[in-house]
Amino acid sequence: MCLGIPTQIIEITNADSALAVVELGGVRREVNVALLVEELPLDQLIGQWAIVHAGFAIGLVDEDEAQQTLATISDWEREEPAS
Amino acid sequence: MASELSKETLTSAKQNEKKKDLITLAHGSGGAAMAGLINNILKPIFNNSWLNEGEDQARINMADLLADLAPSDQNRLAITTDSYVINPIEFPGGDIGKLAACGTLNDLAVGGAIPRFLSVSFILEEGLPVERLAKMAHSIQQVAEQEGVAVVTGDTKVVPRGAADGLFVNTTGVGIIPSQRSLGCRYIQPGDALIVNGQVGNHGAAIADVRDGLGFTSILKSDCASLNNLIQSVLHQFSSVRCIRDATRGGVAAVANEFAQVSECDLELWEAELPLHDSVKAICELLGFDPLHLANEGNALWVVDSSEKDAVLAQLLSHPLGRNARIIGEAKAAKSKPRVTAKNALGTSRIIDLPVGELLPRIC
Amino acid sequence: MKLIDPFRDPEPIKSAIRHLQPKAISCADQLGRPVQIMEVCGGHTHTLFKFGLPELLPKQIEFVHGPGCPVCVLPRAVIDQAIALATRADVIFTTFGDALRVPGSEHSLQAVRAQGADVRVLYSPADALVLAQQNPSKQVVFFAIGFETTMPSTALVIQQAAKQGFENFSVLSHHITIMPTLRALLDRDDVLIDGFIGPGHVSAIIGEQAYRDIADHYQKPLVISGFEPLDIVQSIDMLLTQLVEQRCDIENQYTRVVKSKGNQAALNAMYDVFAIDSEDALWRGLGQIKDSGAPISNAYAHFDAAKRFALPVQNQEIDCSGYCDQVMIGKLKPSQCPHFGKSCSPQQPMGALMVSTEGACSAYYRYRPLMENSEVV
Repeated sequence: MCLGIPTQIIEITNADSALAVVELGGVRREVNVALLVEELPLDQLIGQWAIVHAGFAIGLVDEDEAQQTLATISDWEREEPAS
Repeated sequence: MASELSKETLTSAKQNEKKKDLITLAHGSGGAAMAGLINNILKPIFNNSWLNEGEDQARINMADLLADLAPSDQNRLAITTDSYVINPIEFPGGDIGKLAACGTLNDLAVGGAIPRFLSVSFILEEGLPVERLAKMAHSIQQVAEQEGVAVVTGDTKVVPRGAADGLFVNTTGVGIIPSQRSLGCRYIQPGDALIVNGQVGNHGAAIADVRDGLGFTSILKSDCASLNNLIQSVLHQFSSVRCIRDATRGGVAAVANEFAQVSECDLELWEAELPLHDSVKAICELLGFDPLHLANEGNALWVVDSSEKDAVLAQLLSHPLGRNARIIGEAKAAKSKPRVTAKNALGTSRIIDLPVGELLPRIC
Repeated sequence: MKLIDPFRDPEPIKSAIRHLQPKAISCADQLGRPVQIMEVCGGHTHTLFKFGLPELLPKQIEFVHGPGCPVCVLPRAVIDQAIALATRADVIFTTFGDALRVPGSEHSLQAVRAQGADVRVLYSPADALVLAQQNPSKQVVFFAIGFETTMPSTALVIQQAAKQGFENFSVLSHHITIMPTLRALLDRDDVLIDGFIGPGHVSAIIGEQAYRDIADHYQKPLVISGFEPLDIVQSIDMLLTQLVEQRCDIENQYTRVVKSKGNQAALNAMYDVFAIDSEDALWRGLGQIKDSGAPISNAYAHFDAAKRFALPVQNQEIDCSGYCDQVMIGKLKPSQCPHFGKSCSPQQPMGALMVSTEGACSAYYRYRPLMENSEVV
């Protein structure tokens, strides 16, 4: 359910309607970012990564949290007895 | 008043002229308009002695058919035909003309044939700019010229506005399979290597990008290309190629399933080895597609005896149309019903079925 | 791809699986049977099968594929309504690609499109408004489906249509909410679910607290999870840890996206436009579920296609295979349903879970572990 993919916000195209262009792997699309502006003002969204679902950004991706999740697993890897 | 009048006359003259530039039902009626279209537009583009004879059929000497091949009873004639409908007619990396020429030449070449002649039929929608038709004919001729093939016969029909989508093209290709060549999916053996000569899914993803107004843009181009030269360069040197098939509609998944069915071998694809453009990966993530289901127009699945797989791969890599070639799997003895599987980087496998109907973008 | 590829890296995934193995064994020992985990969301089902995770995970873990696929649970009656609108000469009917193949009682939207209905596939509901602008002489209807993830988008589009006074745009809405459905499943006394993998993107909207009932009332642990294989494996580890420690909490593995309070702007839009949890809704395969419907609120009734075109109310599901609900509560595996792969397949879907590629049965059919499929035609 709910295909949502992290894409990077690269340009605000219409501030009044909260429209921005996002990019992933060279593919671009204009999406609505109105649901993000309570988290960050429009001008600070550029460069941020957001989950896009059906043409709407539904949430920002916190890169520090992503690193932390990966670090937890790396710790498990390190704790393993060498085989 | 006078100047207004002349303005009006001018406008209507311009409109008339513009009208002349559009395909009308008259162009299909067998009269002067049709003769004009064929003689003034199409014949000069395809220009060759067989076509210029102006008979109802192209008359080809056996010697022309064989060209530099030594006559042998074992040489075989190869004939293939395909119709091309695509929206939009012009797309990143090609157009319907290039597609119609490359597609049919590829269908000849993948069977080991050396393409010789093409026929071209156009079904034109009333209102199509003549210029557009000429452009598509030029695209066909450009490919034909590059591959040393002549367009020797053809046809045009016009249908009322709405009865076709701009223009449809049918091409038939004729070629010769030299006596020593014998390619076919029935020759696939367990242990054979599966190779693609290019990135997977570029055409399908590029078209999905621009079609249907889904609103995506990318740098992606269709891989539309004639594989003839690439294929001849390999078949010239290696006899270990079991079969080749261009992975058009239904993508690599469809060809692999056809191969599995006929050869009664399992085909195992290695997902991590698939050469994928970043934008194809992205389109697949965003719209929920499987790259194995996306169409290719200049990429084929090759099955090669494992003893020569590295040499064949090296030859492919040395050609501009094979520079992304990769060994992407192998044939295995089927345990029960033959099937196609994809093994991922984790070492687990999933079944690769034919796509169910048209590819639809999904949100969930 | 950044933020995707590291979560698909094989070595960390394998290491995480080794990490959770002892917990799985000890949980199964405690229970005297395998641990049954429900992944609520079809996206998770998809990931499980696409990456073959059940093959790699200890056999003490079994998955119960949940109802979280809005396309799968679309009732025939609603598809029939959609078709009634799509076949009107004055209507341009717009929908997500997912809904096109879902069978109604006689046809699908794809079939009526072939017969001449103007049905268009969109990527975003916002594109429907653009179409309405470009086609002033037509009525543009958007078929809105989905859970809380999709609802705010529909809400924003309806708000915009109201603000700009669109007269030729309306929405056929069949939005549904996830919690009432989980409650309905858990209220049954024959449920065999030990813990839940919570839907990541629904949670990005509704936050963590919305699931409190699962832990407090039903005493089941739930871990909100991302959609990559590493996310799912880590979430299973977190669930098993809770089970071993005999805790029932709502935990969040998908911290890079899900904030504990959810997305307030999205919730505001949703509650403005929809009357959330106010109506019973029909689910294919499950029947009527109390309070799971979110109809368009009275303030925006003008944009409700069902009202604008006076569609008859549909409250009876015509039929279902009768086994879907048993698959959904973990009593049957998809392949144990007598219809599976026979009268019900992705080509000819019959039950809810076979309809979308995200549906448990469809995913099972497509990605079924290789050793299990030999009897399937």
